[in-house]
Amino acid sequence: MSALLEVRGLSKRFGNVVTAEDVTFDVAEGTALGIVGPNGAGKSTLLSLITGVLPSDSGTITFQGRDITKERAPSRTKAGIARSFQIPRPFVDMTVFENVYVGATFGGGFHGQVGYEAAVRALETTGLMHLSEKPAGQLRLLDRKRLELARALATNPRLILLDEIAGGLTEKELPPLVDLIRGLRDSGVTVVWIEHIVHALTSVVDELMCLALGRVLAIGDPHEVMRSPEVIEVYLGSTFDIGEAS
Amino acid sequence: MTIQESATMPVKVRRATKSSWTGLAVMTPILILLALGPYILGRGMQQNLVILFSLIVLGTMWNLLAGYGGMVSIGQQAYIGIGAYGLVYIADTLGIDPFLAVPLAVIIAGVLSLPISFLAFRLSGGYFAIGTWVIAEVVKLIVEQMDVLGAGSGVSFMAVTELSPGRRIAYVYWLSLIAVVIAVAVTYLLMRSRLGLGFTAIRDDSVAAGSLGVRVTRSKRIVYVIAGMGCALAGSMIAANTLRVQPESIFSVEYSAFMIFIVVIGGIGTIEGPIVGAIVFFALQQWLSDFGLWYLVILGLLAIIITLVLPRGIWGLISGNGKIRLFPVGYRLVNPLERFSLIKEKAPVGDGGAPNA
Repeated sequence: MSALLEVRGLSKRFGNVVTAEDVTFDVAEGTALGIVGPNGAGKSTLLSLITGVLPSDSGTITFQGRDITKERAPSRTKAGIARSFQIPRPFVDMTVFENVYVGATFGGGFHGQVGYEAAVRALETTGLMHLSEKPAGQLRLLDRKRLELARALATNPRLILLDEIAGGLTEKELPPLVDLIRGLRDSGVTVVWIEHIVHALTSVVDELMCLALGRVLAIGDPHEVMRSPEVIEVYLGSTFDIGEAS
Repeated sequence: MTIQESATMPVKVRRATKSSWTGLAVMTPILILLALGPYILGRGMQQNLVILFSLIVLGTMWNLLAGYGGMVSIGQQAYIGIGAYGLVYIADTLGIDPFLAVPLAVIIAGVLSLPISFLAFRLSGGYFAIGTWVIAEVVKLIVEQMDVLGAGSGVSFMAVTELSPGRRIAYVYWLSLIAVVIAVAVTYLLMRSRLGLGFTAIRDDSVAAGSLGVRVTRSKRIVYVIAGMGCALAGSMIAANTLRVQPESIFSVEYSAFMIFIVVIGGIGTIEGPIVGAIVFFALQQWLSDFGLWYLVILGLLAIIITLVLPRGIWGLISGNGKIRLFPVGYRLVNPLERFSLIKEKAPVGDGGAPNA
C-alpha cells in the first residue's frame, strides 16, 4: 500500500494560537482515517490546510507523490481532493442539481452531458435525486449534509475529507450515512473523516488519529487509540480544565 | 453500495423555459420598434432614451459585478470617464472615425481595468467598495492634470458635430440601442456559460465554490474587466449624447449611487432586474426632476422601502420570485422524479415510501 496523502511537519499559527504543530501522518490509498479530538484541537484547520483554503506556515503536503503544499484550493480539487464543510455551505439560490453540477464541471472536469451524468450519479448515490430541482437553501439539515457529500463526490475525488458530516443528525439518520461513507471507502475512495460520534467513526475507519492543541496525540488502530491513557486524559480532562478556567 | 450504475433513462438537462420563448416573442417586436425610433420620435425623446439605454448598460454591469461577482464597487465611474474621454480623444485628437472610436475606448478601459483589478482585489467587502471609489477619484485627479484632455474644465466632442443634428442624434440613438443589446447579450451568454455557473456559485458562497474547483479570483477578475468595459461603453454613449465631458460630472460618484439604486430596486442577481430598475429609475428621474434635491431624498427612501418589502426587487415581484425567466441561465433536469421512481423500483423493497414531492 502506497500513501496517497503524506503530511510532514505541518504547522499553522494564528498569532499566539497554535492550530497545527508539527503534524505528521500518512493515509494509504483506499483506506479511511478517522480524526478525533476535543474542540479547538485543530481538526477543521487541518482539513483547510490539506484542501489549500488556508496556507500552512511550514511543513509539506504530498498527494499522489506530488508536493502540493504551494498549490491553491481549486487545483488541489482538480488533483482529486474534495471536502465537505462542517457547517454546510450550499449555493442557496441554485438548485440541488446545479450545486452538484458545479462540482462535476469545475472540480471533476466533466463538461456538458458527461457532467450532467456525473452530477446525477452523485445525487443518486447520496439519495438526493428526488430533491434535484429544489433550491438548495430550502433543504433540511440531513439533506444539506448529503448535498455536501454529493458535491464533493461529483468532483470525482481520490481523497475525500469529511468534516463532522454526521454531526447534528439523529440516531435514525446516522446509519444510512455511515453506510454511504463505508461504501465510498470500499469503492476505492480514500477517506479522512473528522467526527465526534466515535462509534460511527470506529465502525468505518481503518486508522484513528487523535489531535489535541494542534498536535498528534496518537495514531493507529481505532480501538487502541481510544483506549490509550493520553487520549482518555485529553477527553475527560479537557472538560474539567474548561470548567476551571471559566 | 457504491456509485450506482447509470440508470437506463438518459440524463436530460433543459436550459430554456417556456417563459423564455414567450419573452423572446415579446422582446423582438419591442426591439424592432425601438430600432425605428429615429423615424418616429422627436430629437428630445431620442436623447432621453439614450440616457435610459446608458442606465440599462450601467445597471447591467453593476449587477454583473455585485449580483454575480459579489463585488460591491462604488468606483465604476472611473470606467465611465475613461470611456467618455477615450471616445473624445480617439475621435477628435487622433481623428479616428467616431463609431470606430467607441469600441477602441471600450478596449482601452478593459486594458486599464486589468492592472487596476490587482490593486482593488487586495481589498474585500467594504474595503473593496471604498478602494474602488478612491481609485475612481485618483483617475479623475490624473485626468484633471492632463491638458490634452482639457484638464479641469473638460472637453467638447467635436467629431460628430459636422453631421446635421437630426442625423447625429439618430446615429447616437442607434449606437446606444446596439450597446444595450450587446451589454445584455454578453451578460446573458456569459451567465449561461460554464464561467457563469462559476460566478453564480461564487455569489452564493465563494469558499465553497473554491473548494469545488472554481477559480474564484480569476473569475472575479474576468467579471471586473467586463464590467469596466461595459461602463466605458455607457460612458462613451453619455459623451456622444451630451457632446461635453467634464471631470466633475463624468467621474461623479452619483453614477455609482444610480447603479446601485437601479440594481437594488430592479432585482439583484437577475438579468431582467437591472433593465426593469433602469426603466423605473429613468421614469422617476423624469417625474421628480422638478423637486430639486428632494428627488435624491425620495429615491433614497424608495430604495430603503423596496429593499425591506421586496428583497428581490421589482422583477422578483413580477416573476413570482424567479418562476418566470426571460433569460434562463439555469440547468433543469428533465423529469427527475420519473428517473428517481425508476431507480426506486429497482432498489430492494422496504426502504421508505415513494417520493411525493
